Amino acid sequence: MDHKIRVLVAKPGLDGHDRGAKVIARALRDAGMEVVYTGLRQTPEMIVNAALQEDVQVIGLSILSGAHNAIVPRVMELLKEKQMSDVLVIVGGIVPDEDASQLKHLGVAAVYQPGASLEEIVEFIRSSVKQTA
Amino acid sequence: MSKTLTAAKSYRTLSGLPLDPVYGPEHLAGFDAGRDLAQPGEFPYTRGIHESMYRGKLWTMRQFAGFATAEETNARYRYLLEQGQAGLSVAFDLPTLMGLDSDDAAARGEVGKCGVAISSLADMETLFRGIPLSDVSVSMTINSPASIVWAMYLVVAEQQGVDWARVSGTLQNDILKEYIAQKEYIYPPRPSMRLVTDSIEFAAQRVPRFNPISISGYHIREAGSTAVQELAFTLRDGIEYVDWAIERGLPVDSFAPRLSFFFNAHNDFFEEIAKYRAARKIWAYVMRDRYGARDERSLKLRFHAQTAGCSLTWQQPQNNIVRTAVQAMAAVLGGCQSLHTNSLDEAYALPSEHAVTIALRTQQIIAHESGVPNVPDPLGGSYFVEKLTLDVEKAANDYIRNIDDMGGMINAIERGYPQTEIANASFEFQQSVEQGESVIVGVNKFTEQQEQPIDLLQIDETAEPRQIERLQEMKRSRSQTEVDRTLAALRRAAEGKDNTMPYILDAVRAYATVGEMCAAFKDVFGAYTETSVL
Repeated sequence: MDHKIRVLVAKPGLDGHDRGAKVIARALRDAGMEVVYTGLRQTPEMIVNAALQEDVQVIGLSILSGAHNAIVPRVMELLKEKQMSDVLVIVGGIVPDEDASQLKHLGVAAVYQPGASLEEIVEFIRSSVKQTA
Repeated sequence: MSKTLTAAKSYRTLSGLPLDPVYGPEHLAGFDAGRDLAQPGEFPYTRGIHESMYRGKLWTMRQFAGFATAEETNARYRYLLEQGQAGLSVAFDLPTLMGLDSDDAAARGEVGKCGVAISSLADMETLFRGIPLSDVSVSMTINSPASIVWAMYLVVAEQQGVDWARVSGTLQNDILKEYIAQKEYIYPPRPSMRLVTDSIEFAAQRVPRFNPISISGYHIREAGSTAVQELAFTLRDGIEYVDWAIERGLPVDSFAPRLSFFFNAHNDFFEEIAKYRAARKIWAYVMRDRYGARDERSLKLRFHAQTAGCSLTWQQPQNNIVRTAVQAMAAVLGGCQSLHTNSLDEAYALPSEHAVTIALRTQQIIAHESGVPNVPDPLGGSYFVEKLTLDVEKAANDYIRNIDDMGGMINAIERGYPQTEIANASFEFQQSVEQGESVIVGVNKFTEQQEQPIDLLQIDETAEPRQIERLQEMKRSRSQTEVDRTLAALRRAAEGKDNTMPYILDAVRAYATVGEMCAAFKDVFGAYTETSVL
């Protein structure tokens, strides 16, 4: 159980507002997780490949541009194709409630909207990864 | 005991500058009102750039707007002008900002989402249909493809029969803060700086009433910087642009009067006011002493302000009206030349017409009901405000000196210096929110279980296919020979040393697209990838 939880923090799409992604990456690292940050403008293909190579248990997607309905389903589809459906996918950003429920329907474990606490996110990852381990 | 401790700790500005229990003359030892303050309209312009400030002319109420296609945005602009707004401000969508056409594969799902999609002159013609560019000043928030979009604007003005010498407006065109904060870069810093310098030179020679750059702290602040960092990095960026223009051979007074600035209006009321006052003072000294500028207009820092998007909350969104009003008041007390007030729903989406009207009314209430604009710099002489202005000035100058020592802003960016400073500040702030040291009403205090949903602007999902269809139709109707010829010439200009603006204008007139022109530049300049700083 001493293995560190491995998380990929990814910033898909064209948007460069990475304040949230960076804060989350740092908070997860401070919470004892192994964090890989992809950097900006990653395609779903790049993200899923990185997740495979880095052997992560969690993917965190930060999307503020409104493009989540185009990006997230593609990520979920690719994970399924590569038989990586056990990877926990979390979305953070500007995602309206209706869209959030749709994303959860596709298998996204949690959607965090503005104002979510870092502690809550850390706790969610810890408990969810433990369950699946 | 712990209560005293917490209390002692919390008396700091949002930037962390310590605050004393009360301010008096002892705080201003060595302060010379004649030298450090002077009168409004007098060097070093701490009190404002005009003698009469808003008695002479109110600030320009300029709401940033753009969504879906040029047609929808054109309708919003006409609405805003009818509501009494004096100037326009164009928000472009992410593909346009990144130099991609609406039909580019990388643009899927992003067309018209965060702003209006503009791929060619044809879209620009639609955007300003029925809006006389002789009378309305237009601000355009775009950076990497700035000179291309500006050329489109100038060609539309030309089509309307408006002489370029009479066209007024502002191009953001501030690439340095993209590497530092907002990250909408395409090419590496040096060729990007060359394009910026091309537009500064072209404006000085051909479009003298246009601000070819708006040196922006706004995005630096939104990325999580402190007020001091916002001020310091912005002014140091300004110094970098001046250095490049002088290196180009332009006399300082030929372009400096048209440099404009853009700052955030954040929550800490007095610190923000001090920031604007210190900004004018530092810039006046920089221009006079570092560059020997003689023209008074070169010494005067003119700025646009926008209330802080990052301060808006998703929770209890109506509270955002109040936050915005307080922030806008700080910008006005700080002597802004133009102002954008955010709408209550902008933590969720681009604003609805209803929300944007309240935001505009907020400015109108400050302007016409509060009495605040009646006297220039009404806080001048306050022990506290003067001391805070001195403290902010000193802290910003320390940063500026550090960056000078690194050999300038491009070197500092390449080392990740401003990026690291901002990431640290933003993380510290988030932690203080987590720990409840910083209060955000409705988020970590005074929360409500049940929240009333608000009506949001829905971007029509047909905007993307409609825009792509329009673009492809335009491509079929233009002369491909002309497009190829002008793009080839543009590429040669990029390889050489000529000012690129005339070549961009030719390509624009041939209806070459933003994507085609940016691709030509990218072939020559290469693409930039950053080393992420966590």
